[in-house]
This record gives sequence, C-alpha cells and structure tokens, in this order.
Amino acid sequence: MAIANRLMSYIKVLAFQGILLFVVAFIQLEEINPLNLGFILLETVVVKAMIVPWFLMYILRKNKITREAEPYVSNFFSLIITTIIVVLTVLLSHTIADSGLDKIFFIAAMSSLFFGMYLIATRRKIITHVMGYLVIENGIFVLSLAVGNEMPMLVNLGIMLDIFASVLILGIFLNKIGDVFKDVDVQQLNSLKDV
Amino acid sequence: MMLIYLIGSLLLVLALALNRKKWINYGLVGLYLILLWALTIFAAFHINETDLTYFTFDALGVLLLIILSIIAVPAMIHSKIYVEQHQETGGVRAIYFVSIVGLITAIGAGYLANHIAVTWIFAEITTLSASALIYHHRNKLALEGTWKYVFIGAISITFVFIGILFLSLAIHQTGSGNLSYSSLYRNAPSINPFWLQLAFLFIFTGYTVKLGLVPMFTAGVDAKDKAPAPAAALLSSVLMNLGFVGVFRVYTVLSNSSLHHWVNLVIGIAAFLSLFVATVYMLKVKNIKRMLGYSSIEHMALVMLGVAAGGIGYYAAILHIVLHALVKSSLFFQFNQIYRVYKSKSIYQVGNYIKYNPTGALVLLFGFISATAMPPSGLFVSEFLIFRSLFQAHQLWLLLVVLILLTMIIWAFGKNVFKILFTPPVGFDDTHVPIINPIESVSQFVLLALAMYLGLNPPAEFVHLIEESLTLLPQ
Repeated sequence: MAIANRLMSYIKVLAFQGILLFVVAFIQLEEINPLNLGFILLETVVVKAMIVPWFLMYILRKNKITREAEPYVSNFFSLIITTIIVVLTVLLSHTIADSGLDKIFFIAAMSSLFFGMYLIATRRKIITHVMGYLVIENGIFVLSLAVGNEMPMLVNLGIMLDIFASVLILGIFLNKIGDVFKDVDVQQLNSLKDV
Repeated sequence: MMLIYLIGSLLLVLALALNRKKWINYGLVGLYLILLWALTIFAAFHINETDLTYFTFDALGVLLLIILSIIAVPAMIHSKIYVEQHQETGGVRAIYFVSIVGLITAIGAGYLANHIAVTWIFAEITTLSASALIYHHRNKLALEGTWKYVFIGAISITFVFIGILFLSLAIHQTGSGNLSYSSLYRNAPSINPFWLQLAFLFIFTGYTVKLGLVPMFTAGVDAKDKAPAPAAALLSSVLMNLGFVGVFRVYTVLSNSSLHHWVNLVIGIAAFLSLFVATVYMLKVKNIKRMLGYSSIEHMALVMLGVAAGGIGYYAAILHIVLHALVKSSLFFQFNQIYRVYKSKSIYQVGNYIKYNPTGALVLLFGFISATAMPPSGLFVSEFLIFRSLFQAHQLWLLLVVLILLTMIIWAFGKNVFKILFTPPVGFDDTHVPIINPIESVSQFVLLALAMYLGLNPPAEFVHLIEESLTLLPQ
C-alpha cells in the first residue's frame, strides 16, 4: 500500500487484509463456537472484505475520482519510512518483557496503526484518509487478538456496531463532499478560519 | 430504570424520526425531557446502586447527570426557537431533534457507565449524533466542519479503544479479567505500570477530542462554530464533561498505583499547553462562536491543572466543570439572538448590541463576568481554589505563567465583548433589526444565577456529592 499508485490497488489490498484477518482469527480460535465463528466471519469476510471495498469502489465511480493516489512524498521515501515503522515496532516489542502478549500480533497491530496514520498524513485525497482509518481499524482487530481480550458479548457487540456505524457515516459524508466540492482533495477543506 | 430510560429514548428517537408534524415533534421532545428528569431523580435517590449491570449511579455521574438535565431543558427551548426562526422543513426538524435527543441520551448514559468499554460505546455514539447536528445547515462550511469532527472523532475513539485493549491485557495478568471501573480501582496497585502508562496515554489522547485539550482540540472548535447554537451549547458544556468523566475515571485508577506522580505530570503538561494555545487563539479570533469555543478550552485546561495539582484542586476541578457547563451553555444560547440581529458571527460586523437588545446584552455582560471568573461569579471560587492548589503543590512559576496567560485571555475576551456591546458597527443598516422578546433570555439568567449560587453558597448536598466523587482519590 505504501507505494501503490492506483486507488484500485488500495481497495484490493484492503479486501485482502479482510480475508487475512479472518484466517488469522480462525487459526487463533481455541474452540469453534458457532456464534463466535459467525460473528468473526461477518465482521471480516462480509464487512471488511466485501461491503467496505464495494462501498469504496461505488464512491470512486460515483464521484469520478481520478485513479491516482497522489501522495505528497515520493514512493521511495514512503517505502523507506514504512520499513522504518516496521523496524521500530519490532524493536519496541523486544523491549517489552511480557509473557501474556503475542509479539507477532503486537508488531503487526502497531505497525498498521502507525502506517495508517502515515497514510492519512501523506495522501492528498480524502478517500485515502478513510482508507488509512480502515487500516488502523484492521490493526486494532489484530491487537484485540493479541491481547486475547475477554469482553462480555454485549459489550463486544456494541463496539462492533459503533465501528461499523462510524465507517458508514464517514462514507456518507465522503459522498457529500464529492457532491459539493467536485474535487475530493484535502486542499479544499481549509476555509474554516478564526478571522 | 436505566432500561426504561434507554428503551424509552430509543422509541422516542424512532417516533421523532418518523414524524413530520410540528406539535407531535415538540410533544415527543417534552416526553423525552420528562423521561430524562425521571432518570435523574431516580438516580439521585439511589446513589451507588448498580442498574442493568453496566450502569452505576455514582456521585460524579449523578452530579453531572443533574447538570445535563438542567441544561437539556433550555437547550430544547432554544432549539424550538432556532428551528422556527429558520423555518426548517419537517424532515430537517425531525433529524435535528433525533440527533439532539440521541446526543443527550448518549451523554447521560456515558456518565453513568461503570465499565470502561461502555463509556467508550456511548462516547462514540455522541460523535455520530453530533455529526448530524454539525451538518445541520448542509452547506460547504458545515460539511467541512462535520468531516473534520467525524474523522478526528473516529481516529480518537480508536485511540481510546487501543488504550482499553492495553488495560485489558494488564488487568488480565492480575488474575481478574474484568474491565469495570471498580475492578480497575481494586487492582490498580498490582497492574503492570508499563501497560498502565501506555493505556493512559492512548485513552487520554483519545478523549481530548471531547475534552478539548491539546493535542486534538481543533475539531471540537470547528464543530462548535458550525453547529446550531443550541447544539453548540451542549457540545461545549455537557459533552466536554463526558470527556472529563472518561479521563477522570482512568486517572483515578492511575492515581491509586505507583504512577500517581507520572500521570499528574502528563495531565499538567497537556493542560498547560492547552492554556497556551487557547491564549494564542483568543488573541486573534474574530468569530464569536469560535471565541467561546477557545474559552472552553481555557476552562478545561484550568480544570486539568487543578486535577494535576491535587489536594483542594480535585474539589475545585469538579466544581469548575459544573459551573463552566452552566455559564458556557448560557452564552451559547445567547449567541443566537446576536446572530438574529446582525446576521453575522464576525466581531467586525457586530456592535452596539445594548441598543438593539438590552436584555440580551445584559446576559452577554453577566456571562462575560462569569466566564472570566470575576468576583460575583461562581467560577471565581473554583478558579481561586485551583490557584491555591497550585500554590500548595509548590508550582509557583507555573502559577505565575498561568496567571499571565489568563490575564491575556481576559483582556482579549473583554475587548471583543465590549466591542459587541458598546462600539457601533461600521456600515450596519439598523432599519430591519428584529425585536427580540426578553422572555427568550430568561433561561440564560437562570443558568448564570445558578452558577453564581452554586459557587458562592453551595448547598450541603452539592458539596457532599463532590466530596463523595473524590473518595477514591489519594488525599
């Protein structure tokens, strides 16, 4: 994702991440509980790998967003910086002496968190900001596997609903921005001022 | 009761969404206010009881819930005035009331939640319902403000979630894997400090969007600028209190561990930077609503300085957020009348307000005196106590700088307010100035008087509630 030029490849990577998340979560499951399995299946394969990519493609097409990602920095630097992010999280995870933590998951989660923020900071289009947010969300999904959290089912459900709603609302307003501004570029969003 | 409240609110929201008739809408909103007050009164008589597993009527929650119920009534009255002034269509009005009822419900439930993830869920719902309010005018600028608020709100709430995940990892190692606040307080001394530090940094950063501190204060100011004034009043008073609750409960956990000094340092630095930022923006801001928004940042910074200083500062902090909520919401309610006279938010195009609307001008004057904590105002007491706590914590240099910054803020705020009140505006055509009914200012006077009363002569129950909410903190 760091050096891809086309928005379509971003969407494909996001869909692929959704499937990967399902595989990881499936392997991680200690006991196959139909309710849990259905829940994870719905969240990863259906939402993350199908609905969200479809929705992003719909927005791309409807608003006639040009297919280039238009980063502020060159691909070469992006590659270097993402590599540095991964290396730093690996180093960070080695300083943590904790047996309750799955290190590989921790590294994957933290690096996708920081990479998501990097993506938001360095891309010009608003739709790539949403993609950065989705990358962060995926990182959090991995993190929740890493810490093996045991939230009550009801709480879990609330969290999932909220995240889904926020993605939906982001999508709706992204669509509106496409309608109103005719050019989905963050440079358009600078008219709120103090003076 | 909590179940009745949540289900009742949900049904009312649905009914509001489906209805386009004006008086049915108002009736439903009135029903909602009755429901809210019923919950508040029930909660006040059942202190420290748990309801529906995830909600506890603890002192801090009940205190803020009472303030929420008090502010909700004028908020609805001014919403009605606002909607009628703008002659909104049935659909727009329905969306407006649906989101404002959703916002108030989520804020109230967030105060009372006794599980850290439940607070999170309701904080997220406030972001979503606030987004519909900010987008009320459906123009370019509103869209920009909404987008920034929703996006930064979404990122921040994920930050809080990361913090909660770290906390859940840490609490898991102590043997009891329960994320309710009471379990966190109990296990605080034995939680691994590294995870606790990491969790607090993420949770604090995330909640700063709601609380209005550095680093994520910007989106909140844009939101208060673009939201209709009655909604902005909620955003800058009770919603900020929700951010405070989110931070304060986790702060209580850390203050019971070995990290008490560290957490005070973190909060203190963020609060000082926020005060500095608020000063810088107050000096140059020319938009009245944004000026009020930056003033809220200043007050929240003072609150967090009080918490960081400890001792009497805790009491002062709680008192200050309560009084600030009353004062700031009354100023925002008043703003709408200013806008109706001048059709502008810019200080350049506004002036001699006392001539066009004397009652409203008095509200503005008293609100200014209250917000800058000049003696008859209740905030004078809480600010004075915050300064005393800084003095007792031997932070003399910090206190000196804070006082200098506050003086600059009062100067900038006063300059702008007196321009609005007394200097005639250039090129303003006053032939079509609407007459504003003084009755519309009554609720603001009540709120300001309440703030004065609670500050200068706090009733025993009020003091008891504040002290009760501080019992878990180390004295």
